[in-house]
Amino acid sequence: MTQQGVRWTADQVLALAPDAASRKAGSKLGAAGPWSEAGSSDEGTVWGLCKGSGSKPYQTVVDIADAAGPAYKCSCPSRKFPCKHALGLLLLWAADEAAVPPGQAPEWAAQWAAGRRERAEAKKAGAGSGAPSGSADPEAARRRAERRAERVSAGAVELEQRLVDLLRGGLATAEQAGYGLWEETAARMVDAQAQGLAGRVRELGAIPSTGPGWPVRLLEECALLHLLGRGWQRRDRLPAGLAATVRSRIGLPSSPDGPPLRDRWLVLAQYDTTDPRLTTRRIWLHGAVSHRTVLLLSYGAAGRAPELALPVGLSLEAEVSAYPGAGQPRVALGEQFSAPAPAATRPPGVTTAQAAARYGDALREDPWLESVPVTLDRVVPTPDGDSWQLADADGDAALPLTPAARSRPGLWRLVAVSGGAPVRVFGECGHQGFTPLTAWPEGPGDAVALC
Amino acid sequence: MTRTSAPVDAPGADAWEGLVTTALLGTDRRTPPGAAPGPDAPLALLDAAAVETVRRRAGLRPARAAERPQAAPEDVRPALPPAAARRLAMLLADRPGPSGGGRRGAAPDLTELLPQWLALANARGFAPPPQVLPALLDAARGRTDLRPAALGFAGPRALWLARLNPDWRFALRAAPGGGAALPHLQDDDGVRRLWQEGLFAERVALLSALRSRTPAAARDLLASTWGTERAEDRLMFLDSLREGLGPDDEGFLEHALADRSRNVRATAAELLSALPGSALAARMAVRAEACVAIDHTRSARPSGTGGGIPGGATQTTVTIAVEAPHECDPGMERDGVVAKAPAGRGERSWWLGQLVEAAPLGTWSRRLGGRTPRDIVALPVADGWQGELHAAWCRAAVRQRDAAWSRALLGDPSAPEAGGPGAVSLAERAKLLGTLGAAERAEWVAGFIAAHGLSEAFQLLGVCAVPWAAPLGRAVVDALNIARDAGSYPWSFSGVMGLAERCLDPSEASRLDALLAVPDEPENASPGAGGYWAEAFQRLVTTLRLRAAMAEELGAA
Repeated sequence: MTQQGVRWTADQVLALAPDAASRKAGSKLGAAGPWSEAGSSDEGTVWGLCKGSGSKPYQTVVDIADAAGPAYKCSCPSRKFPCKHALGLLLLWAADEAAVPPGQAPEWAAQWAAGRRERAEAKKAGAGSGAPSGSADPEAARRRAERRAERVSAGAVELEQRLVDLLRGGLATAEQAGYGLWEETAARMVDAQAQGLAGRVRELGAIPSTGPGWPVRLLEECALLHLLGRGWQRRDRLPAGLAATVRSRIGLPSSPDGPPLRDRWLVLAQYDTTDPRLTTRRIWLHGAVSHRTVLLLSYGAAGRAPELALPVGLSLEAEVSAYPGAGQPRVALGEQFSAPAPAATRPPGVTTAQAAARYGDALREDPWLESVPVTLDRVVPTPDGDSWQLADADGDAALPLTPAARSRPGLWRLVAVSGGAPVRVFGECGHQGFTPLTAWPEGPGDAVALC
Repeated sequence: MTRTSAPVDAPGADAWEGLVTTALLGTDRRTPPGAAPGPDAPLALLDAAAVETVRRRAGLRPARAAERPQAAPEDVRPALPPAAARRLAMLLADRPGPSGGGRRGAAPDLTELLPQWLALANARGFAPPPQVLPALLDAARGRTDLRPAALGFAGPRALWLARLNPDWRFALRAAPGGGAALPHLQDDDGVRRLWQEGLFAERVALLSALRSRTPAAARDLLASTWGTERAEDRLMFLDSLREGLGPDDEGFLEHALADRSRNVRATAAELLSALPGSALAARMAVRAEACVAIDHTRSARPSGTGGGIPGGATQTTVTIAVEAPHECDPGMERDGVVAKAPAGRGERSWWLGQLVEAAPLGTWSRRLGGRTPRDIVALPVADGWQGELHAAWCRAAVRQRDAAWSRALLGDPSAPEAGGPGAVSLAERAKLLGTLGAAERAEWVAGFIAAHGLSEAFQLLGVCAVPWAAPLGRAVVDALNIARDAGSYPWSFSGVMGLAERCLDPSEASRLDALLAVPDEPENASPGAGGYWAEAFQRLVTTLRLRAAMAEELGAA
């Protein structure tokens, strides 16, 4: 592996931080921390002693060789993971070769790293030999899947009944019914092991309070939910790709079984969405050769950063394999052939009209699609009354920003980067408008993350 | 995006409207278009709505573009080095912790370093990366003390941005030169039009911008409308002449001495007295000289007081006699002397103070027998007038920025009675120090701290140039060390500690290493103080290292 040869960028390190406070504390320790005896080995171990308030300095060691993400160990009592010392050490390593010179790991660091790698090897070997035993009982697996399908079907029938009741009485009643009703239905969908349905149902409850035009949005969502339920009930008669899309929209688990696709992947955007239980990280990649834009999802339990961190502007040579379902961008990261390294390349862009058409085309394969990933080229962020749009520099068409994007601080970064000049913008283009995620200035310059 | 308006979809739009209406009312009240009433009506409605929803979404087209914004002016400064750009982002992301929370911990306070970072970056003439402008403007919005440096660094694109976001309006008002709201200063017509028609804030901005470029033009502009301005406005405008004040301004200021408003008159007089060659200064000199003289009649008398008189210029005891003015005549009032004394002060000493303060300091050497400022300050003053007289000289030295007199009035830093002549308060001393060169200032404060410790040094340290000169830094560190050994808690010195974090030369960090350990507690120490001191010193060292890194990233040696 070449992983160890390349020192990371500070952004790459900071993306590992579990929260903003750790990011801050880590960066303080990175430049100015009282580090001593720091070093890094060819095997991908970075270590150092950090003087804390106690008499004995903390021993911090990080193993960056693992493609699945770095591993950390620190003798400090912090329960954050990675702790600020690990972040600080990596920042120091990234910024200053003299402060963390290559060398031989001391006993305490080498021991830990060796033990870790041994365990990893053992696990890999175990996984290799254990795979057949996992599927040793295909009959049982089939029965489990069947039982689950039955439960989903029952849930879908119940949901349909709720929708019928709602439309019989009229949407106007939904405004008074409020949240509770839908929460209850959502809970039933969770019981039916249909997380996808549950999520959509929960959102229904919120629509009546979203301001003018809510009846239209509510009817749209009800209709699409109905469409999904119907799709599930008739999945046997759907083309295989669409049936897979329905299954994944319902929320049934699937595994990436597409053929591995090797490419030079440029990281277009990385952003997290959090709810009380889960942090979801979305990473958009663009393949230099395949010209495909794919999505990596990574999850972290509440308060923990998802393990995978690929800051915008890096690129890596790797294999990905797609999850099943027509028109689904989601892939899993397979083998990596190079460490992520900064790249000056930019994805090719299209006009606003082409972007809108792309969304329309994508609906053919997945009618529930909210948006598609698109890079717009030569657009100018333009104020339009209370709102903003991305206007073609060389035409008179424009895509409005989504209401959510309008209130994010990223909007002003986008406007600042543009300064009235055309920029290239990657984002998600859908029926609510365009959500800018990354921008490149007209002239030379790095990608600017907007999310 | 707009819904497509192709003719083939026109019925679609109607159909959708029909579906929404039916859905709102409920199928019990209204049958969906194209469906039979009955129990299946809701399902038919949902089917139709699903088709319409996907069809409408698939048919979306871009909207018409609104008018594009004007391009931002170009920033010609070189871009910030990448490491410095990252540091800036980090400083801007740091929000101050909850205020008043006792202990400050061992981690540096990044927000306190932002002003220094900005000053460095401005000195090096770098331009910020555009994407940090929003954070920079937000920071400047929250902290008025940051505004000049932050907006200066933010540059022309920030003003362009501020015009698009009402949250950042302040930048247009506060910007030096008022941003693009101001016409080009060479554009005489534009300047005159804005001066005549602009809002008050715009006019103040225009005047100060013009004053900083061409002082005379600004004065002429002000003179052109002087008679018609309101009194409060005249006061503000006059105040902006403080910058770039010169002998050429005398005529205009003399004219303003006859102003209807008392405050305007006082300001004009103050400005004139800062011009030692002005006619007003000469008139004040004549008046002041009449009040202060060498008293030869008393010189034979032995000195009764304990004030040690340096055996310098004279062999006999020479005394300064003061005869305060008996009245405040209209001429004095016209020259800015305020006739009515504040409550609790004698009229005559009040008038005296104002005369001496406004008289050129050069007067005294001539008047008092060719003595140097140091000799004059050392002379005893008869009848308890010393306080009044020295205080007035201090004000004059500050106003006229006279280093020789400041030096004399400051006296020796290690002298007892907290240094210098007793009449001089800490605040006055801080002002006097401001008239001295940076090195001399630092040396004096270092001497003061060595002799008197840190308890009164805060104000004096505030006027010293950053980073502190080596002798000053050493004096502060030594004094902190002494304070620790004395067993008090570090937060008694948190003000000085905070200053040290920001002002100590980063190269001093290595000298502090010995202070990081937790010392053994002496018997009479406050419990736990040693640990807190170690924490405070650690914080100091970490901050210094951070500052060194900051400077290095910005390419400042």
